[in-house]
Amino acid sequence: MKLKQKKALLDPLLKDNPIAMQVLGICSALAVTTKLETSVVMSLAVIAVLTLSNVSVSLIRNLIPPSIRIIIQLTIIASLVIVTDQVLQAFVYDISKQLSVFVGLIITNCIIMGRAEAFAMQNPPYESFLDGLGNGLGYSLILIVVGFVRELVGAGKLFGIQVLPLVTEGGWYYPNGLFVLSPAAFFLIGFFIWLLRFYKPELQED
Amino acid sequence: MLEHYLSLAVKSIFIENMALAYFLGMCSFLAVSKKVETAVGLGAAVTFVLTVTTPLNQLVFNYLLSEGALTWISPAFASIDLGFVRFLAFIGSIAASVQVVEMTLDRYVPKLYAALGVFLPLIAVNCAILGASLFMVERDYTLPESAVFGFGAGAGFWLAIVALAAIREKIVYSDVPPPLRGLGITFLITGLMAICFMAFAGIQL
Repeated sequence: MKLKQKKALLDPLLKDNPIAMQVLGICSALAVTTKLETSVVMSLAVIAVLTLSNVSVSLIRNLIPPSIRIIIQLTIIASLVIVTDQVLQAFVYDISKQLSVFVGLIITNCIIMGRAEAFAMQNPPYESFLDGLGNGLGYSLILIVVGFVRELVGAGKLFGIQVLPLVTEGGWYYPNGLFVLSPAAFFLIGFFIWLLRFYKPELQED
Repeated sequence: MLEHYLSLAVKSIFIENMALAYFLGMCSFLAVSKKVETAVGLGAAVTFVLTVTTPLNQLVFNYLLSEGALTWISPAFASIDLGFVRFLAFIGSIAASVQVVEMTLDRYVPKLYAALGVFLPLIAVNCAILGASLFMVERDYTLPESAVFGFGAGAGFWLAIVALAAIREKIVYSDVPPPLRGLGITFLITGLMAICFMAFAGIQL
């Protein structure tokens, strides 16, 4: 694999992570991470939409007049999200109900628009595909880490299976309810950024 | 009746705060909260656009998209359900109304237009706006309810972003550990603010 392509795929994982570094797509990252299951489904949905939109925008990038490019990108993204939403409703209806409005909000998720605008408009389809995949994986990484911690600490479960036996059911684990509520998501991502920038000082803000 | 709307407004401003309870509009919430002045501008624009687009999308959904909505044209359309294109329809109507709002302000209230500046067009892709419309569908709000909800959601976002900006202006003077500066500390502050707003959750209306 050529250097540029490798960079497009691997950089967004940590060094240029969409959530921790580019501050894109935070809304959904926080809202769907109360459980590991919803985090995984959301990650897959975002990876699918992001790679497909990057490839489609890149394929027609030379035909799009610059003045109306935003509306074209939005239409492509919205159509892809509609398809994803229908697929989720058809195959994993329960999870799709739990994700509620957040599947639709992938449209306004700045990651997708941001990558289309910043990368796919200037690069050929294959590299845009890798960039979409890389950013999608970087996004999923944070979602899954946060979802893992929140479900484990908040309810003693992973993927809905009881891992730590709760006190109410005769076990020893007192669940920490705060982790299921919204503030915990902010703290976890804050601490994740802290750790990342502690080990990579070149990423620190002044 | 009035009480119902009042409690809906209080609920959408404080208890179900768009930014702090549902994490909507987070990108601009974090990016545009460095100064109180710009935060006030963005909050005003968001509130304005939400108050316009939520009831507008309620009409679009109930008279064009939902199942049997087209019966006002002809009874033969009763079985048509266009609900699945609502994402596309909503984003279109939001983009269009942002454009209309922008042109109207430019023509009649140039002062406000200048104050809002670049934030107005950016609002079209703010997830709080689309989120409010999707919540409106999920919760089956009527037309007046969705107007109140749209305004309340906007006011809640306004309140939260101005409060965060005020805290961030002060935090400049503190000695934050270098890896935490900027984005990291903002996340932690927002988490603490979310805890404060949770205090409203116990209120019975």
